[in-house]
Amino acid sequence: MPACSERHYSEVVSPSGVSIPAPLLREIKSLLGEKNVLDKQEDLLLYEFDGSVEKGRPDLVVFPHTTEQVSKIVRLAAGYEVPIVGRGAGTGLSGGALARGGGVMIVFARMNKIIEIDVENQRAVVQPGVVNLDITRAVEHAGLYFAPDPSSAKSCTIGGNVAENAGGPHTLAYGVTTNHIAALELVLPDGEIVRVGSKQGDATGYDLCGLFVGSEGTLALVTEITVKLARKPEAVKTLLAIFETIEDASQAVVEITASGITPAACEMLDGWTLRVVEDYVHAGYPRDSGAVLLLEVEGLTEAVDGQANAIHDVCKRCLAREVRVAKDDRERDLLWKGRKNAFGALGRVAPSNYVLDGVIPRSKLPQALERIKEIGKKYGFNIGNIFHAGDGNLHPIVLYDPRDTKQFERAIDAARETIRACVEMGGALTGEHGVGMEKNELMSWLFSDADFALMRRVHDAFNPNSSLNPGKIFPLSKGCGEIRIRKKESAGVEA
Amino acid sequence: MSTTTDVPARLAEVIGSKRIVAAAEELETYAVDGRLPGAIVRPVSTEEAIEVVRFARTEKLAILPLGGRSKCEVGMTPDRYDIALDMTGLREIAHYDPGDLTLSVDAGMRLRELEIHLKQHGQVLPLAVPCFESATVGGSVSCGIDSALRLQYGSVRDFVIGAEFIDGTGQLCKSGGRVVKNVTGYDLHKLLIGSLGTLGVLTRVNFRTYPLPAISGGYVACFGNAQEALVFKKAVEKSGLPLANLELFDQRAARMIHAILARTEEASLPELEREEWCAYGSFEGSEEVVRRIGGELEKITRESGTGHSRILEPAEDVVLGGMLRESFEWLRWGAPATLLCRLALPEVTEKVSTELSQLAGSLGLASAVIVRAAGIVYLGVFAETENEEAITALQKMATSAMAIARSENGHATLLHAPLMVKRSVVGANLSQAQTGLQQRVKQAFDPSGVFAPGRVVGGI
Repeated sequence: MPACSERHYSEVVSPSGVSIPAPLLREIKSLLGEKNVLDKQEDLLLYEFDGSVEKGRPDLVVFPHTTEQVSKIVRLAAGYEVPIVGRGAGTGLSGGALARGGGVMIVFARMNKIIEIDVENQRAVVQPGVVNLDITRAVEHAGLYFAPDPSSAKSCTIGGNVAENAGGPHTLAYGVTTNHIAALELVLPDGEIVRVGSKQGDATGYDLCGLFVGSEGTLALVTEITVKLARKPEAVKTLLAIFETIEDASQAVVEITASGITPAACEMLDGWTLRVVEDYVHAGYPRDSGAVLLLEVEGLTEAVDGQANAIHDVCKRCLAREVRVAKDDRERDLLWKGRKNAFGALGRVAPSNYVLDGVIPRSKLPQALERIKEIGKKYGFNIGNIFHAGDGNLHPIVLYDPRDTKQFERAIDAARETIRACVEMGGALTGEHGVGMEKNELMSWLFSDADFALMRRVHDAFNPNSSLNPGKIFPLSKGCGEIRIRKKESAGVEA
Repeated sequence: MSTTTDVPARLAEVIGSKRIVAAAEELETYAVDGRLPGAIVRPVSTEEAIEVVRFARTEKLAILPLGGRSKCEVGMTPDRYDIALDMTGLREIAHYDPGDLTLSVDAGMRLRELEIHLKQHGQVLPLAVPCFESATVGGSVSCGIDSALRLQYGSVRDFVIGAEFIDGTGQLCKSGGRVVKNVTGYDLHKLLIGSLGTLGVLTRVNFRTYPLPAISGGYVACFGNAQEALVFKKAVEKSGLPLANLELFDQRAARMIHAILARTEEASLPELEREEWCAYGSFEGSEEVVRRIGGELEKITRESGTGHSRILEPAEDVVLGGMLRESFEWLRWGAPATLLCRLALPEVTEKVSTELSQLAGSLGLASAVIVRAAGIVYLGVFAETENEEAITALQKMATSAMAIARSENGHATLLHAPLMVKRSVVGANLSQAQTGLQQRVKQAFDPSGVFAPGRVVGGI
């Protein structure tokens, strides 16, 4: 392991150290109007959280309505060397939309118009504040939908999805956000408005869309997005495969993958988690089982039948107790309701939960789950598992009480060891939640100094003063390609 | 700073004379747009390639990384070209986990060789690019050329999951990883796709692989004009039928295919000789799926106008599918002076296809149009001699094709043209702001400009 000091997550939770210069506040208020600016502490408090275990309070929250306003805000803030962070709905799970260095938070919630829908060519042009699911709602009459479906699809925004390159259960067959973005309009940290990509989707020159999607708001702010729309499949089958043990269930995933079946989704819930979920949602998961797989196959009727049969056979071979097929939409929705409301259900059994996000090669799934169990035992947690098994994207859930500092620290250690295990198995730090300020200190597990040096040059090519979303992705600890957070920008974060 | 003449000797000091070639007749085969390198280096390891980059950086020499050299002319002529870095000596499979459907392979591996290897495990890399026999993994990624299977599998950016490469500072870097879902760090490998060797030397590329389909089917339909063919295409797209490929081609393209097939005495496909517009569809899956799609396509053809159609015999399907994968290759050599453009459009309309053919006609040039699904148009324009008049006409054609693409909210790339034509249309597609963004990326990857300066449109 490289010798860079790794700090605990809790240590970087810092109050902001920036004060907004009075002239800046005045200018922003005159640009946006009072009602689009929040500067009272009690209001700002609401924006110091997202879906992660991190915190970072902005000093000013602003709600622009147009790209030009975004550009002007950025120029104004740059003039006073005040950092900026973009935010959608704040559902992120790695602290990507938190104001780690304080400063101005640009919330895109009011840039929420669908600008154009081109049914013929399967494209939509939307503002960043449009809620993920609202894109599908706007186009489903034409048999189209937006494929990436994070669990927070009902509330998360497309701008946030682009920044984090969000995934979801159905990205197994259809790809993550980056595979469905054709073009972007961006505001650079100096206020310049630029466009990358094309409506058709292929880049001219370098694939800048490919760079900006998933750059976690550290290179530019996204102000308009051209998305690709997918066509709804003619047939869907949802299966619930019920196993006595999690080992059998994970073996089934390995064999489904290896046999070349690509379900549209392949989700796993372990026995403990599914019981918690079942008590809350009543989705029909058998309480006495060791694990269930929620599988979906889509496509032509003939293909769906064939794939469903093949999945049935593999699961049976892997000792599934039963493989149920949802009879109708109601049953299908109920099965998915269990999966999608799982995190809410877990809220009933512990004050807080820490959802981890790691990836492993799918062939290593049984070993990975075994390892997670050991780690849970070591740190005294019952770690639940509810995750995208089909693409090896693990979501172990550590339940803890945030008021118990020692327990929280243990949770952080367990999390770190879990992610470390993923890396050792040939995996990665994050499959879909992003690095943000959750895992930036772990980046050196995967990347060399040379990798950091290049990433940093790319960062600096667009965001030379780290004025945009400082303190994310790159390790702050010295010698690991850190992005400086200037003392001026934040008193609470080490430079 | 070295002079170009002592480059081979100096290089030999760095990585040994066995890896260096400077014989004139060999240099000739590495020419790009007629420009010869000062030396050819053939490293057999990443370390050797790194040494070459570091040497070039110190000596302020320009490197062009190369693979199978089948598509060197895609991209602009390099401003300087001191070292041809031939990567075909790096050709191992570094890691292959068939159970995970992930692969990590050296950049110099030939696609054909890789295909054979993957086939043994019942898998495939859906990178169906032209010059398939000689193309390498690294070259195919770098040149950014279209895959004929993109309708089903997406383009290369959709299944590259990571890469290792030498940046302009001579460091081995990586991005992405070997897992199918990963958001750890910037997706720098995406930038290398289509970068024409200007950002780094690809040493290894990680892909997700796909199961080989149980069976596949092919289909050909014929139409009286472009409009009917496009109506058919639209109807197929709306049907949601999962095709692996769908292409339309005009009479000249059909006849060119026919003529090549007649010479090689492969399948004959008589319809190619007589029809105005043809459509080709290929599809994969189980027997039931393939039968169903074939049936539906026939139905859609009947409803699209006067068209008639048939399901291809498996051998015919292989031949026609292969010809269309290779269209870049036979279009560019279609006449003594050829212009080959690739247009990427949000929507391919009859207006566009007609406008392009009419324009060529008005300039006294023959043309062939191939419309590939996902908004891609290949336009070949042919002049029988490479005289001044022909050059002027081809220049006009290239400029107009670019303008038409722009007016349709798309863009066009020059894939092949006489040098005079190529030079005259530089930078036609990028705004100043966009060029600025590209330059920032170039500067970050290659601060001292060691890689293929001038290869990317806009002088990057």
